[in-house]
Amino acid sequence: MTNEELLEIVEKEAENTAKFRHRLGVCTGTGCMSSRSAAIVTELQAEVKKRGLENEIQVKKVGCMGLCAAGPIISVQPENIFYRDMTPEEAVSVIDSLDSEPLHEKMIDISEPFFYRQEKYALENAGVVDPERIEDYIAAGGYAALIRAITEMTPLDVIQEIIASGLRGRGGAGYPTGLKWSTVAKIESDLKYIVCNADEGDPGAFMDRSVLESDPHRVLEGMAIAAFAVGASQGYIYVRAEYPLAIKRMKAAIKQAEKMGLLGQDICGTPFNFKVDVRLGAGAFVCGEETALLNSIEGNRGMPRLRPPYPAEAGLFQKPTLVNNVETFANISGIIGDGGKWFARIGTAKSKGTKVFALTGKIKNTGLIEVPMGITLREIVYDIGGGIPNGRKFKAIQTGGPSGGCIPAEHLDTPVDYESLKALGSMMGSGGMIVIDDTSNMIDMARFFMEFSMEESCGKCAPCRVGTVQLYNLLGKFQQGEATEADLATLEELCDLVRNTSLCGLGQAAPNPIVSTLRYFRNEYLEKMKPSAAAAKEEAR
Amino acid sequence: MSGNTTIKTFVIDGNPVSATESETILDVARQNGVNIPTLCNMSGLTSTGQCRLCMVEIAGSNRLTPSCVTKPEEGMEVVTESPRLLKYRQMILELLFSERNHICAVCVTNGNCELQSMAQRLEVDHVRYEYLHPKFKVDGSHPKFEVDHNRCILCGRCVRVCDEIEGAHTRDLRNRGIQTLVITDFDGPWGESKSCTSCGKCVHVCPTGALAEKGKSVAEMAKRRQFLPYLVMRRKGASK
Amino acid sequence: MKKNKKLRLATIWLDGCSGCHMSFLDIDERLLLLAEKVDIVFSPLVDVKVFPEDVDITLVEGALGTEEDLHKLMKIRPRTKILVAFGDCAITANIPSMRNPFGVEDTLNYIYLEMGADRPQIPTQGVPPLLPRAQPLHNYVKVDVFIPGCPPSADTIFFALNELIEGRTPQLSQMTRFGA
Ligand SMILES: Cc1cc2nc3c(=O)[nH]c(=O)nc-3n(C[C@H](O)[C@H](O)[C@H](O)COP(=O)(O)O)c2cc1C
Ligand code: SF4
Ligand code: SF4
Ligand code: SF4
Ligand code: FES
Repeated sequence: MTNEELLEIVEKEAENTAKFRHRLGVCTGTGCMSSRSAAIVTELQAEVKKRGLENEIQVKKVGCMGLCAAGPIISVQPENIFYRDMTPEEAVSVIDSLDSEPLHEKMIDISEPFFYRQEKYALENAGVVDPERIEDYIAAGGYAALIRAITEMTPLDVIQEIIASGLRGRGGAGYPTGLKWSTVAKIESDLKYIVCNADEGDPGAFMDRSVLESDPHRVLEGMAIAAFAVGASQGYIYVRAEYPLAIKRMKAAIKQAEKMGLLGQDICGTPFNFKVDVRLGAGAFVCGEETALLNSIEGNRGMPRLRPPYPAEAGLFQKPTLVNNVETFANISGIIGDGGKWFARIGTAKSKGTKVFALTGKIKNTGLIEVPMGITLREIVYDIGGGIPNGRKFKAIQTGGPSGGCIPAEHLDTPVDYESLKALGSMMGSGGMIVIDDTSNMIDMARFFMEFSMEESCGKCAPCRVGTVQLYNLLGKFQQGEATEADLATLEELCDLVRNTSLCGLGQAAPNPIVSTLRYFRNEYLEKMKPSAAAAKEEAR
Repeated sequence: MSGNTTIKTFVIDGNPVSATESETILDVARQNGVNIPTLCNMSGLTSTGQCRLCMVEIAGSNRLTPSCVTKPEEGMEVVTESPRLLKYRQMILELLFSERNHICAVCVTNGNCELQSMAQRLEVDHVRYEYLHPKFKVDGSHPKFEVDHNRCILCGRCVRVCDEIEGAHTRDLRNRGIQTLVITDFDGPWGESKSCTSCGKCVHVCPTGALAEKGKSVAEMAKRRQFLPYLVMRRKGASK
Repeated sequence: MKKNKKLRLATIWLDGCSGCHMSFLDIDERLLLLAEKVDIVFSPLVDVKVFPEDVDITLVEGALGTEEDLHKLMKIRPRTKILVAFGDCAITANIPSMRNPFGVEDTLNYIYLEMGADRPQIPTQGVPPLLPRAQPLHNYVKVDVFIPGCPPSADTIFFALNELIEGRTPQLSQMTRFGA
């Protein structure tokens, strides 16, 4: 495939699109599929055919549009109308409405901040392209960056663009992507690997799933560019088996890309070779930790390895390996296409670009959002999220899932960037955001996450394996009102131990939900202590 | 060894020491008579850094480092004992005691157990965490040996010796978290294992009473580990 | 502690086998030395029915196995200055805790009904109900000194008591351990 051939496809697709008077996009993400969106597609296609409108109305499957709670969603282009809560029966009336009045009662108001406050970058194509057609992705500008990289740039040029972009890993820790790439590039080896981490184990998180389902080629393109930059020839996408749709679409995408010569041998007539395979994970949270993930791909038990050596040095099968998150890869084609500087214009001094979050909990607009770094939590909660339902009050927001912490109302004006969230005792994490209202108890919440960490602990190291269980049980004592002062001391001491002595990030971060709720909501713990102990506490003051 | 071995010098507890490229902080500490507490480590087997007892402090860093798997760097200042380290080590031991059913008074390795003697050494005279008292089975199906999961501390030594020295890989782990179990083959009875050579190596590297010879009564099971340095030496000799 | 006044020592056993008390008696003629410094004000070895006030040192043998054990311990704690967890059962719940993984009901059923007694019946009269789990003393009260061992040796006990009498905290880690 050359650039010319690519442009031919773009033109052909544009012509094709132009011939339709109306284009109906039906969301076929996992969320909408579970409320019968596949039947909507069939119904619409049958109806269009019945009315003989195949050349005027296009019905296509698209990926997630973000407002998952309102699904299934149908978009109508070029009118730019979105309908919510569709059923196969109602979908037919959408066709009736096309040349007359829209169905007002089902329309989503896109003048809401939920839409205009977002900035779509990684999710640019989500809900627009048909994830099962490579041509659709190409028509939207896809694979141009890859061709540009391998035909016009050197690997070093590519890495420099990534460094200039300031992109940091979206898998949680925020490690500078350009630095990681240049490390892997510098290490000499006959064989190097690219691994895309799509394990996504945080409870309530579905950012990566959505990217894979809605725009799989974007991830493939990012991986291929990375392979070119670091000198790798084999890639793996490690997806949890619980994501069947993502897996199916990814596998289809790989086949299509291979067929077009965008993956495989001598890509675009250059000596660059890159093959990608999908590997399935069994859904253990710890397998998202990069070294456990590598063990799992190698066919071993998914237990973390000691670092150093880091995967960049000795990763998969002891070869230099670049591990990045799905969303990290999804940002690459844009950076190469538009330039690192252009990417870096969004965001804060140290956190560039956008971040995708799964907004859930006690909030009006739940769903998937992509926002510029530096936006405040308040804007996310009240503008994009539409505030707290049922007249309740905002209490806290949990970011970073079981490894993160809660942030109370007094810090709502904090900008969302890696450092600010960390300073508050939470973390960016991979993108889970859970809003908590004043009906919730923080001890319950901490215990919920502790249960998760305890069950997901791989069992390798003693502090995490046993410490998380003891922490979980201690929180139970607080819930029962049975805790004493000694229990509070033990709780804090154990948090300190588990954080400082656990082998991998799971254990090291597991106490965070307790530490942060103790920091901001200590009173809830004190209130739950045995009356005698609490009274003594009061007197001591 | 050739003449161009790189030697690093560094400091352990205030004393200057030296290390070759391949030696860990723990190796060098042992050579110099500094006895860092360890449980999962066993000379001759791969180090996995999982018991976390051997953690040491390194000047200039707030992070603790497992000495059994960390190579020293030139000029590094290592501290192997401090109030903080002692506290953490004691807590880890207490967690291990709380995890399963350690009833030393009726245990086959009473008096010969590394967990027990480590508790004595680090002055752990009671356990502040609630005992979890799980219900684990004993597998006595093997004619010579038995495994009592109630005494296992999941140090992984048996798994490693079976794989790395005996080459049988009969043992492995299953489940997660505190449900983790040392298993035989695909979690079958030990007595029916096709891969087990009945060499008993796992029994003798096990630091506790989890793996024992049958017919031993309380306090009668002492472990004999002379085979390990011998085999490691022979293997090194053979590969020269 | 005052020199001229003899210290008041108490000993008691809860859910234990009395082995620790036997080991205490094994200090033999050194009992006479002790008797010069302490009065034994309450003990299974002496004939006093009520646990007195103002005890200086109490050795508690045995785990908390029944509600009665717990009741006794709660009574003792405010009445004694130094409470000593005496032996492994008091410290770890040791042998009594071997029932813990099975629960009270299964344990009783197994022992009294399934083991083939002549007249299978679970005793309820005149016996205190079992706690759900046998537990160490320090799960309920503050324990000042721990003397591990099953039982601790006579030498350990004599040394520990002497140290306590002299007003020192006994350092026992080189003398005894769990299971010793
Ligand atoms: C317990 C644990 C779970 C993790 N889960 C994920 C995950 O699901 N997805 C992911 O991309 N990174 C996860 N990470 C982070 C990875 O180890 C690694 O840092 C990341 O994949 C690197 O990619 P990035 O630099 O693009 O962020 C996890 C880390 C830990 C400690
Ligand atoms: S911290 Fe937890 S998950 Fe990580 S190695 Fe230790 S036990 Fe396993
Ligand atoms: S294994 Fe060791 S610590 Fe556990 S009961 Fe036996 S002797 Fe005691
Ligand atoms: S059986 Fe023994 S050697 Fe094996 S993991 Fe358990 S304690 Fe370690
Ligand atoms: S000896 Fe180093 S972690 Fe166990």
